Formats: sequence, C-alpha cells, structure tokens
Amino acid sequence: MFRFIAVRLLQTIPVLWVIVTATFFMVRFVPGGPFTAEKAVTPEILHNLEAHYGLDRPLYRQYLDYLGSLLHGDLGPSFKYSNRTVNEIIAEKLPVSLELGMWSLGLAIGVGIPLGVLAASKRNSRIDYICSSLSLVGVCVPTFVLGPLLILVFAIQAGWFNASGWYGPIDRVLPSLTLGSVYAAYVARLTRGGMLEVLSQDYIRTARAKGASEGRILCRHALRGGLLPVVSFLGPAIAGVLTGSFVIETIFQVPGLGREFVNSAFNRDYTLVLGTVILYAVFIIGMNLVVDVVQVWLNPRLKFE
Amino acid sequence: MGALTGGCIGLGRNRFVAVVMAATVVAGCARYERSADAGGKASAPSPVLRVGNYDEPEDLDPQIVTGVPEHRIDMALFEGLATEDPKDLHPIPGLAISWEISTDGCLYTFHLRPNLRWSDGEPIVAGDFIKSYQRMLTPSLGTQYAYLLWFVKGARDFTEGRLKDFSQVGFSASDPLTLRVSLDHPTPFLLKIIASHQAWDLVPTRVIARFGPIDQRGTPWTRAGNLVGNGPYMLKEWTQNQRIIVVRNPYYWDAANVKLDEIQFFPTQDIPAEERMFRTGQLDITAMLPSSKIDVYRKERPLDLHIDRYAGISYSRFNVKEAPFNDRRVRKALSLAINREALTRDVMRGGESPMYAVSYPNDSGYTPEARLSGGVTEARSLLAEAGYPGGQGLPKIKLLYNTSETNRSLAEAIQAMWRTNLGFEAELENQEWKVYLDSLRSHHFQLIRSGWIADYEDPNVFLEIFTTGNGNNEGEWSNAEYDRLAAAALAAHSEAERYANYQKMDAILVEECPILPIYYYTHPYAMSPRVKGYWDTLLDNHPWKSVWLDSH
Repeated sequence: MFRFIAVRLLQTIPVLWVIVTATFFMVRFVPGGPFTAEKAVTPEILHNLEAHYGLDRPLYRQYLDYLGSLLHGDLGPSFKYSNRTVNEIIAEKLPVSLELGMWSLGLAIGVGIPLGVLAASKRNSRIDYICSSLSLVGVCVPTFVLGPLLILVFAIQAGWFNASGWYGPIDRVLPSLTLGSVYAAYVARLTRGGMLEVLSQDYIRTARAKGASEGRILCRHALRGGLLPVVSFLGPAIAGVLTGSFVIETIFQVPGLGREFVNSAFNRDYTLVLGTVILYAVFIIGMNLVVDVVQVWLNPRLKFE
Repeated sequence: MGALTGGCIGLGRNRFVAVVMAATVVAGCARYERSADAGGKASAPSPVLRVGNYDEPEDLDPQIVTGVPEHRIDMALFEGLATEDPKDLHPIPGLAISWEISTDGCLYTFHLRPNLRWSDGEPIVAGDFIKSYQRMLTPSLGTQYAYLLWFVKGARDFTEGRLKDFSQVGFSASDPLTLRVSLDHPTPFLLKIIASHQAWDLVPTRVIARFGPIDQRGTPWTRAGNLVGNGPYMLKEWTQNQRIIVVRNPYYWDAANVKLDEIQFFPTQDIPAEERMFRTGQLDITAMLPSSKIDVYRKERPLDLHIDRYAGISYSRFNVKEAPFNDRRVRKALSLAINREALTRDVMRGGESPMYAVSYPNDSGYTPEARLSGGVTEARSLLAEAGYPGGQGLPKIKLLYNTSETNRSLAEAIQAMWRTNLGFEAELENQEWKVYLDSLRSHHFQLIRSGWIADYEDPNVFLEIFTTGNGNNEGEWSNAEYDRLAAAALAAHSEAERYANYQKMDAILVEECPILPIYYYTHPYAMSPRVKGYWDTLLDNHPWKSVWLDSH
C-alpha cells in the first residue's frame, strides 16, 4: 500500500507541472489584463505599473521566475489586492471554506447516508417514496434558489439569523444548510442505489439464509459495498466543497476561497488565479488518492497495484 | 472613482444579478415590517453606522486605489488641503485653513491649520505634503491617478522620468504652515479636485517607510494597526471580504464635530444579498439597490428608498474611423431614431433622465443648452441622404456591450427601435468585462456601450474626453474647433467665459454626434430614515464627519 501511495504521489508532480504551465499561459492569453481599466492611463503610467509587477519582461522569463518562486512555496503578490500576497489570501480564506465545507459535508453524510439506507431497506414503501422525493428535490433545487429562500424565511421573516455575513457561530447555519442539503441529496440517492444493488447480491441472500437480522444485514454486510458509489462521488465533492463554493459564498457573503477563485479570473489577477488553481488541483489529486485507498478497503475484490 | 466604476459597479457587477435572479424574484414577494434590531443586533440606537460598500477594497493607500469602495473608506481616513461641503460638495477648508490664488491663477498658497496632527499624534507640517506628493508622482509607484497632479509645474515630467529632481516640481514650503503650489496653467477646477479626490490626500511617508521602500506598492502599511491617517476616523479592523471598521480619530482637527463613534463598511458585492442585509437591519445604508426592487420599495418602503443624482453619463461610442460611422449623418440618424424617454422609463426604471447633450445638467452651475433635436422623420432622411434609404445597403452594424442583464435589455430595446424606425437589423454582441475593455482599448468596435462617472464636479470631466488624443477618446473623433475651445476654456479668465466655451463644445458634440447619448445616471439605494446628514450629492460623496444617526 505504501508503495502504491508513493508512486501515486510521484505521479502528481508532472500532473501539477502541466496544470501550472497550462494555467499560466492560458490566463495570459485571455484578452484584458489586471490593469485593463475603463479609464485610460497614459502609456508611461501603464509601463510603470507593469514594470513594478515584472509584466514588462518576456513571458518565458516570467514563467521561469514563477516556477522558481513556486518551488519555494511563494505564490507571489496579488495584482488586485495590492497589499496582500496570494499566500496570505489563501491562508486567510481557506480555513473559512474548510469550515463551511466541513459543516456541509457533515450534514451531507450524517443525513444523506441514513436517508439512503432507510429508503433502500424499505424499497417501494411510502418511506422510500418520501426519502426519494426529498432527495430529488434537494438535487433539483439550485443553491441560488434555496439560499435566498432560507434567508427569506429564517432571517428576514423569523429574524433568527443574519441575512449574510460570517461573524459568529450562528452565521454558519444557513450557508452550511444550503450547501449541505444539495450534497445530502446526492449522497442519499447514491446510497440508495448502491444499497439496492448490493442487497440483490448472493452473499446477502446467504446472510439472510443464515438467519442474520435485517439490521445486521444492512449495517454489517450491505453498507460497506453500498457506499462504494458514494465514496467515488465524495472524493471530488470534498475537494470542491472544501475549496469553497462561489454561489454560496456570494449569497451569504462568506469570506471564503470560492469567491476568490472565480473573481480572480474576472479580475485577471494572474497570481491569484494560479494560486487557487494549484490549491484546487492538489486537493483533487489528494482526494482521488484517498478515494482509491478507501475503495480498496471497502471492496475486497480490489487490490493495490 | 472615475469611469472604472461605471463599469465595475454600474454594470460589471450585474453578472451576479443573473446568478441570483430567481432569488430576487422569490424575495421580492415578501411583505413585512421589521424593526432595525433584527438578526440579533443591538436594539439601542448606537452611534455606529453600518454601510454597504460595494466591494472588497483593493487597498486603502489613497495614492494607489482607483475605485469607489476604496474612495469611500479613504474619505474617512484621510483628508487633503481642502475638503467637501457635505451638502453640495463645494471645496471648503480641510487641513488648510485658508488659501490665496495669484491673479494669473497659477500660484496657490495654502495656509495649514496650526497644531494639525496625524492619527498617531505626530504633528503635520507643510513638508509632509511635499513628501506625500513626491511619492504620488514617483514613477516606480505606478499610480494611475498621478495625472490629477499634472497641472503642477514639472509634475508630469517627474512621473514620466524626464525630470529627476523633485525640487524642480512646483511644490514648496516657505515655513511649516505654508505650502505653495505653482501650476503650468490656471486650472479653475483644481480646488474641486483637491477637495474631492484622494489623489491629493496627505499620506504619512514617515510611517510608510517603516514597512518598506516608500515608492513600492503593496507594503503592509495600510493594514489595521499600521495605518496612520489624518481624517476624522482611523482604521480599527480590516477583515478581508468581511468588514472594515473605522473609529473616531482623537487627533483630528475637527474631532469635536465628528458625530459617529464608529463606521463599519461591508463589502457587499452581491446586490440582492446587500438588500437582504438592509431588510434584516444589518445595514443602515446600502451601496446599491437591485433595479427589480425599486418599484417594490416605492410601494412598500418609500422612506427607505433614495434615488440621488449621480454625475455619470451612459452612451455608446461610434468608431468614427470606419464606414458607415465616418459619416456624421449616419451617426445622427442612429441617435435620433432611439426613444430615450422609453428607454429610461421602461428599461432602466431607476429615475434616470434621458440624455440629449453630453455634460451633466446642473453640474457646478452648468447645464448644456444644446439639445439633440429632431425625430424619426429627420433620422430617416439623414440616413437616405447618406446613401442608405430605408436602411438599404447599410453595412452590418454591431453594437458591443459588456455582459449584464441591464445592458442586454438596453441593447435589445435600441435594436428594436432601429428596426422599426430606420429599417435595419443591428447585431448585438456581449463580452465579459475585461474582454470588452480590451476591445475598447484596442479600438475593435463599431459601436460600443460606454459610461463615464465624474471624478470631480465640473463639466470639464466629460468634455475633455472628446479632445483629440485624449486616452479615453476611443472613438477617435477629432475636431479642430472643439480642441481649440477646450484649450481656451482652461485659459479663460472667468467662470462665465469658460462655461461659454463649454456651451459651444456641447453644441459641437450634439451636431457632430461622436457618441450616441442615452441617459444620465442616478444612484438608487436604500437608507434607514435614522441616518441624517447624508445628502443627495452629485458625486455620491458624503463627508463622514457630518453623518449621524437619529436616536428616535
């Protein structure tokens, strides 16, 4: 297993290099730059500005310099927020997104899996229909509808919460609920599907024939296999949730990384685009590795190879 | 400030409106009445003002920043020689208690108030201003608003590297309380710029030097705990994308008249979210109001709704270098064929006024007399005269705009008016904000949506754009008589003479149509009736020291 993980980690190096290089050049070739503004500045002023950030040097030099500083863990200064570095912005925003992501994931797993198991165990009953309908609604209602709806009911009319912001523990509730409910719905649907497939397998019949109780069959025999699709889904989903959700962070004015990720592209904040992309890539690669390991652990038919 | 905001805030931001459109519709149905203490906020009237402030500031260094969110905060933290009257923004004494202007208009002598202090208690002297302006003009700092100081002798040469010795630039201090500024030409609106624009604010070079070279951008001197200012407030907290808190500056010269203890600025990038914050009582003033909410507020919360004047113009630029817009008749025909009343009343709906000339009406006592006149019949005959009767034979015309809901509706309405009135089908194209700016900068357009927001109150702000060689004259229209009048206006001996020149310039613009005027901006926002001393001003500037909260 350690050999497997070591090989996979080594493989990430060229992958990351490709991502960094592609992003570096792509963002440069998009029309408009960090200092393209509606108001014209004189060529001299623009030159002074570009010279300050080294944008006046040949692109390949800028690229090599960027790689050089990247190796030292320095993601450079932000172009838009002139007194912050990208490292600082990430250090400040990532924990917020992580926290929001963790609450949401907790909700997704804590609600989604039991709901899916329940639906699968009572297949085609009223409970199944209720659970399935709920999760269908959860999947279908976009967060930009659910979020404002929750704000309308619980913040504006009931007055229990702030409409937006991220000041105290109470401000975590609505954004986490909004983001978590969508994932919970997916998780419930995937769990139900996975469980149903497993429950029709021969070894479950064997367990039943041996007289195992229904609860034991569900939790002990079926759940492990039934969760496989959920695990595949959760890998990239965790990476996505933890690095921030643009829509949720915008609606609830949460100072997380998701907004920076999207806005940096709009602002042509080259270094911040690269920084967030690299971070996201590392997360995805890392989570995929975790998923692979967990899948081997869950599914005895797989081996580390 | 400046045109930057015309796009970023007025229009570029609308991309979010689309995302949360459904949300707005849902929230719009609610009817309720709530007190301002919702959401677990303190219910006692507190001298803390909470302000929606558009976006996260890029920085707070007055010499670096260019946008409205930054400017609004800097107005609390810094002051210049002159400052603005809270009601009509005319220049009043700021750090300078008085000034004299020489008879030729080229030498300003400012007398500083005695005992001025920085927010760390250190004294302010005339030499501080010179060091501050030197930093503003230093090439390596790359300040975008340096040109607002270029009226001063030698200032432009210094920024552009032709002059190395700053002592030759027209700033001098004969004693610690006297600052002299000599100009190349009389600049009648210089005091307005000094009062209204952060480029002329005083920055603490002594403090900046502690955090790195003073001519380097982005050192941490502007962070909470580091920043030293000279305005009515000082920086207490800056949590990115969360809030900025400023508190009373005890060393401010007029501290006794500062009414609020604290102001909190919130980066409310999402306009519908900001409006919801206002409804739960998290904000006393919003930066904007979604256009879909204006009618709801008119009916349900008229006391909260404010629609102020806003010195900005919305228009489309013609690329006059290319056919068919090299022909004045075609430009005028297109301009006459749109119904501006219908556009402002039915599409914009924010109290905007139809625009028939260029300068903003009643800006510093100036209202353009020229007025685009003529109707559809005249438009048709002009088009026929130009060789395109009934739109026949007209090359494909493409109207370019930056992606936003409002811009799309506006463009579609104009397209329909041309179809009905002139018989041709224009093509519409939208581009993402920076791509659009790139097209504008590189002059890749036929007809492009544009906006311009005044940096200071004076007709010159709008009229100078259309002079030959002006960086913002992307349509490349050029008129020798217009240029002559513009130069003569700056050299004029009286305001009356200057404005007479501007009247002629406005008349030329109406006649030659280098642009297609659409509407004059307004600024709709929500504000609690408790907020006092926040006047309807042309620049949407509100000197914070005059603002207070009514406890009843």
